[in-house]
Amino acid sequence: MDFNFTEEQTMIRDSLSRLIREKYDFDTRRGVVQSEAGWSPEFWAQLAELGLLMAPFSEEDGGLGGGAIDAMVVMEEFGKGLVVEPYIPTIVCAGGFLKHAGSAAQKEEYLASIMGGETVFAFAYAEPRGRYNLADLETTAKANGAGYTLSGHKAVVIGAPWASKLIVTARTSGDRRDRGGISLFIVDKDAPGVTTRDYPTVDGRRASEVYFENVALGADALIGDADGALPLIERVADEATAALCAEAVGAMGVAHAQTVEYSRQRKQFGTAIGKFQVLQHRMVDMFMEHEQSISMTYMATLKLGDDTVERQKAVSAAKVRIGQAGRFVGQSAIQIHGGMGMTEELAVGHYFKRLTMIDSELGNVDHHMRRYTELGVAPLQAAAE
Amino acid sequence: MNLEFSPEETAFRNEARTFIEENYPDELRGSGGREDLSREHMLAWHKVLGKKGWSVPAWPVEYGGTGWNATQRYIWSEENARVDSIMPLPFGVSMVGPVIYTFGSQEQKDRFLPGIRSGEEWWCQGYSEPGAGSDLASLKTTAVRDGDHYVINGQKTWTTLAQHADWGFFLCRTDPTAAKPQEGISFILVDMTTPGIEVRPIITIDGGHEVNEVWLTDVRVPVENRVGKENEGWTYAKFLLAHERSGIAGVARSKRGIEKLRNIAATEVVDGQPLLQDDTFSRKVSQLEIDLTALEFTELRTLAGEAQGKGPGPESSILKVKGTEIQQRLTELTLEAVGHYGQPYYRGFPQDAQSNAFPIGPDYAHASAPGYFNMRKTSIYGGSNEIQRNIITKMILGL
Ligand SMILES: Cc1cc2nc3c(=O)[nH]c(=O)nc-3n(C[C@H](O)[C@H](O)[C@H](O)COP(=O)(O)OP(=O)(O)OC[C@H]3O[C@@H](n4cnc5c(N)ncnc54)[C@H](O)[C@@H]3O)c2cc1C
Ligand SMILES: Cc1cc2nc3c(=O)[nH]c(=O)nc-3n(C[C@H](O)[C@H](O)[C@H](O)COP(=O)(O)OP(=O)(O)OC[C@H]3O[C@@H](n4cnc5c(N)ncnc54)[C@H](O)[C@@H]3O)c2cc1C
Repeated sequence: MDFNFTEEQTMIRDSLSRLIREKYDFDTRRGVVQSEAGWSPEFWAQLAELGLLMAPFSEEDGGLGGGAIDAMVVMEEFGKGLVVEPYIPTIVCAGGFLKHAGSAAQKEEYLASIMGGETVFAFAYAEPRGRYNLADLETTAKANGAGYTLSGHKAVVIGAPWASKLIVTARTSGDRRDRGGISLFIVDKDAPGVTTRDYPTVDGRRASEVYFENVALGADALIGDADGALPLIERVADEATAALCAEAVGAMGVAHAQTVEYSRQRKQFGTAIGKFQVLQHRMVDMFMEHEQSISMTYMATLKLGDDTVERQKAVSAAKVRIGQAGRFVGQSAIQIHGGMGMTEELAVGHYFKRLTMIDSELGNVDHHMRRYTELGVAPLQAAAE
Repeated sequence: MNLEFSPEETAFRNEARTFIEENYPDELRGSGGREDLSREHMLAWHKVLGKKGWSVPAWPVEYGGTGWNATQRYIWSEENARVDSIMPLPFGVSMVGPVIYTFGSQEQKDRFLPGIRSGEEWWCQGYSEPGAGSDLASLKTTAVRDGDHYVINGQKTWTTLAQHADWGFFLCRTDPTAAKPQEGISFILVDMTTPGIEVRPIITIDGGHEVNEVWLTDVRVPVENRVGKENEGWTYAKFLLAHERSGIAGVARSKRGIEKLRNIAATEVVDGQPLLQDDTFSRKVSQLEIDLTALEFTELRTLAGEAQGKGPGPESSILKVKGTEIQQRLTELTLEAVGHYGQPYYRGFPQDAQSNAFPIGPDYAHASAPGYFNMRKTSIYGGSNEIQRNIITKMILGL
């Protein structure tokens, strides 16, 4: 057993945290979020320059030879700095699909430009009526000669306004919600028949509704097996979920630290409010929630390579715990800041908002609790039959 | 003890319902949950009620109250919640109004009560300061006598909707040498157009402009605008806080909120089934409703006590704590219910920011996240929930 980071991982953390401190402080971030583009391509280029976009790719793929732990380290720093840039959609999701299932030609075409920061992806999986079920798809891709015709509507595609490429889940056969019959495609955002409505999100990012109307896709747009992509999609969604947990851990840590600091400075009734035991204990509970979240994130990240059931249980357990912890830490941070916590001006409210919205991404507490329970019950049912 | 409504009370419910059906302004229908309402919108129903003589039901009849008993007032709030009506704001009707008719001079009653009843004059509450939140008595804004005026200097903050206010009621220190901080404070009515007042917006985490800083620099206010005795303002302020708390439970609104939540959950689907049929989710809604029932009957017991002449006591802290926890939980579950469509931020959407027609996701989802963010305020203001628990500790547990 070993919970130590490698030298490379420590370097990633140090260089990224320095970059964020110097180039992405809270005021700069506010400017980025409010700018017309809503993100900073320059910052993205700097991440590429430092090699951070290559970190979780193998050396054969042209990366630095790291993996999920490197992505975890990056995303924890992103969480601390409330960084909005699309590391999860581009590096963890698109990168993940390509490295697990991309053809040689696809890897050749995309991996280097992803790692170099030139190509930005978004992952279009959610649908208006699908909620968190990755198989509940109304978007269809019908075989058409050697290629496909894609039609449908993807909801709240995070980072899509910044992306030139989309990875899209679609039904190629079977009925809505069947596990089989799902395929995965790379789609040019400016392909004929693709339209988007872009908008800001409540936590300072950008997203799009993406509409496909008879979009013609070549055979080379397909990633992995036709009709059999769900296990791949679930795997990458789990990797993204673990990375999201790491982001939440980073955000929780800062929300807690800022709250403790505020309670030291803020005086009422002639004393620092941090002297009131009821607030002390609440901050202790925040601390414990944060620590448990770190543990769960490590656990889930370390189990991403396990067999499917173990991996899914681990990731769902982590997402449940982190959803709950994020809510408690966020709400407590606001409460202890009093009126100041309610202001747009202070950073703490932005951590609260990000923590809130992380729960609704890639499956909320209820969704993962259900998946965890079903995974635990299934073997018992099988044994009983 | 019994829970039946009398025939008179049932008749009253019909009367109230009919009146609302016939008179509630059309342009406000369906906007009860919306933020970003204009001043005119916020006052529209108040003005209708003012004409009818129903804008200040709880006031003594001689000042324009309706003389309704507690049950009738309960029915009235239920009927209003049914249509999500935009009720008269509390600052005039529930706060300064009662202070003026209880402690004010005849001239003050004549001058101010009609404008509060009719909704012609908008009031704001200038209590909190940057350094005086929970510890309100540490406030520093000063009012210094200069002939027949006070000259006010200082800064108030969190002043709700001061951007629309015609008048404000301010707590100011008139005797800085008083032995205790609660002494030496006066309760002063200030015309918000007086030179030297500057109102600066504070934007909250939901993106709304609801609170403000109010800066006062050499603001000259006639001495006759002081309510009651000089240096006795704390007594009036405390009287007002007790009134503020008793309305805060918000039972009828939360009932309506649960109904709306169930409608949302009936529309949202999980794996092809309505979310409402999902055991995990529907049990959370049931739990909330059970908690609300407990609150409702606690409030009814309190109201019955008040009807027998017991003033709102420290028990009203229960209503504040439980009422706000339920309101917060309601917004939390609503945000959960809408899934991905809690993310889009309608205030930031360029084209449609000012209209109802935000085109992304179902209508009920638009304000779900901002609503949840905004409701965190309820456990902070009106005496924070920690302070309420301190009150119960001291006044009821005797610790
Ligand atoms: C089953 C059992 C086995 C035990 N075995 C042993 C043993 O083998 N050897 C031995 O020496 N002792 C033993 N103890 C005693 C145990 O260590 C004491 O019960 C413990 O130290 C608490 O002391 P107390 O019971 O006097 O409670 P108190 O100290 O009177 O505490 C009462 C309550 O007040 C709270 N409280 C006290 N101080 C504070 C504070 N500053 N802030 C907030 N809350 C506070 C406590 O948390 C508790 O809830 C045992 C106790 C039990 C119940
Ligand atoms: C949206 C909004 C609208 C408002 N509208 C108005 C208005 O119109 N007019 C007006 O005058 N004011 C208004 N307020 C101000 C409100 O009354 C104060 O925010 C409130 O009194 C708390 O003060 P504070 O914000 O300074 O927090 P603080 O008093 O600094 O409290 C910070 C934290 O410490 C806790 N705390 C403080 N003292 C103790 C203690 N003794 N024991 C345990 N915990 C303690 C608090 O509970 C809180 O969690 C509004 C506030 C908000 C957020």
